[in-house]
Amino acid sequence: MKILVTVKRVIDYNVQIRVKSDGSGVETENVKMSMNPPDENAVEEALRIKETGKADEVIVISVGGEKSQETIRTALAMGADRGILIKADSNLEPLAVAKVLQKIIEKENPKMVLLGKQAIDDDCNQTGQMLSALLGWEQGAFVSKIEVDGNSVSITREIDEGLEMLKLSLPVIVTCDLRLNEPRYASLPNIMKAKKKPIDLLNVEDLGVDTSPRIKQIKVEEPPKREKGIMVKDVAELVQKLKHEAKVI
Amino acid sequence: MSILVIGEHNNKELKSSTLNSITAASVINDDIHVVVIGNNCEEMANRVATTDKVKKVLLLEDSKYENPIAEKISPVITSLAKDYSHIVSPATTFGKNIMPRVAASLDLSQVSDVIKIENEDTFVRPVYAGNALATVQSTDDKKIITIRPTSFDPAATEGGQATVEKISFDGDESKVEFIGREESKSERPELGTARIVVSGGRGVQSAENFKMIYEVADKLNAAVGASRAAVDAGYVGNDYQVGQTGKVVVPDLYIAIGISGAIQHLAGMKESKVIVAINKDEEAPIFNVADYGLQADLFEALPQLSSELDKIDK
Ligand SMILES: Cc1cc2nc3c(=O)[nH]c(=O)nc-3n(C[C@H](O)[C@H](O)[C@H](O)COP(=O)(O)OP(=O)(O)OC[C@H]3O[C@@H](n4cnc5c(N)ncnc54)[C@H](O)[C@@H]3O)c2cc1C
Ligand SMILES: Nc1ncnc2c1ncn2[C@@H]1O[C@H](COP(=O)(O)O)[C@@H](O)[C@H]1O
Repeated sequence: MKILVTVKRVIDYNVQIRVKSDGSGVETENVKMSMNPPDENAVEEALRIKETGKADEVIVISVGGEKSQETIRTALAMGADRGILIKADSNLEPLAVAKVLQKIIEKENPKMVLLGKQAIDDDCNQTGQMLSALLGWEQGAFVSKIEVDGNSVSITREIDEGLEMLKLSLPVIVTCDLRLNEPRYASLPNIMKAKKKPIDLLNVEDLGVDTSPRIKQIKVEEPPKREKGIMVKDVAELVQKLKHEAKVI
Repeated sequence: MSILVIGEHNNKELKSSTLNSITAASVINDDIHVVVIGNNCEEMANRVATTDKVKKVLLLEDSKYENPIAEKISPVITSLAKDYSHIVSPATTFGKNIMPRVAASLDLSQVSDVIKIENEDTFVRPVYAGNALATVQSTDDKKIITIRPTSFDPAATEGGQATVEKISFDGDESKVEFIGREESKSERPELGTARIVVSGGRGVQSAENFKMIYEVADKLNAAVGASRAAVDAGYVGNDYQVGQTGKVVVPDLYIAIGISGAIQHLAGMKESKVIVAINKDEEAPIFNVADYGLQADLFEALPQLSSELDKIDK
């Protein structure tokens, strides 16, 4: 079985975001970029499934600029077998990304597609579910446990009320939560090996899918800043302030 | 055209997040329908019909809808779409699971996690864990949006006189098999809607020590929350997590105990009216958003807090 994993290049989660003063977006020049965190969990899980012998190839795919190759390379250094970069210059909407992925999936025929549950830049939380609907495959969203047994896949999903367990049948779409696993670090020899692994380059225009934007960005602003409050000296003062000043208890 | 709000429920009660979504929808237009898809839930649907602003309740009942399986529910919503200008759902894990499927099936983009509605096609939503607010305009002819519940007041559960219309659906059968749910049972208020939230982080150190958090929470009739680090370490269940990848809370009072204040945590609580932080590290970033900060060892501060709260109650 082939597993396809999606990886998105995003501003590193440790970077303090700066909103551009002209309201056009967020500063990305000279900012550290990394693999979207839950996508690392998706790569890790694919590798673990392969290591148990239940999959024979792990393909990573990214949709984005030339530099997204670096993100693919990171996944190859973790142990993925090959990469596909779909070159697209703008930040495509999840619907467009899902349509692009659908095209590649029709060609590659994986039995399982692992995505992150959410990109930490747009915070959309849509792509996997959209892809599942487009393909008519079963979906496990926000997954923190996967067990593959022949054609069936048992998953545990993180939901607002706690956990939900479902049994799905291959082929499946799974979107991964950070609690799914602990992603490995790439070892130096594997980083070297990754340099020789193939990455296919495709242009989004050549896929024949409509990726035109449906959502216009009017402006991006900084959220209102919170005033820094005061330090209290002890618990008694805290309780007095909450009772008589803030009046919340 | 009318607006369709997706009712989130457990067959007995409508979840309050749906009431927030109804208020959000009413910013656009007052002709609001709510669809309830479930099993043995007619009684609840009749109660939904009295919700303020709701004009019609669409009710679909079948044993296959006992649990909200995305593959089973989304085709029903898709089939209803033609009569509506907007389809609105709460941005809870229920809505996040289902709505993108509806959107993709209709070849529409979705606007997620809306915190403000400017007009029928323009919405404000947080991006980058709430470190930026994007105003976006949907150019699709139908809008699929999910609403951040804490950004809209709940609609009143009285005042409406909607009709309840039973509907049927025979579409594709999904074979997804529901195995079960583990829901943590608690007598405490619900995290998403509680007036006071007391949260613990990695500093609390163990599930056993979390009892100190529960004790303070119970004296304040508060919900209990946690940082991701506390959940990952197994101190509490995942449903306690507050933040970018957990729940968003906007209580009157949020007390963060042994939580450093990473941006991903702040994303879930920085809109709280009053924030208290108790942390032994005076440099902890949580103090930058706290109205009242107390630099202290939580193992000393929590028992004191507990006894001070006893005093004021008298
Ligand atoms: C993509 C992504 C999404 C994330 N989503 C979330 C999310 O939704 N929610 C979330 O919370 N995190 C999230 N995180 C994790 C986040 O980055 C932080 O790692 C996490 O919030 C840290 O939790 P913490 O503050 O409990 O732990 P720490 O950062 O370890 O802080 C512990 C604090 O406790 C204090 N302390 C220790 N002992 C004591 C004591 N005895 N008395 C008083 N104070 C004490 C310390 O001074 C310290 O400030 C996410 C991360 C990523 C990458
Ligand atoms: N441009 C992209 N390239 C590769 N994967 C993507 C892209 N956009 C989204 N994804 C995947 O879809 C997941 C959810 O993204 P989103 O729906 O934008 O929150 C991410 O974690 C990625 O795994």
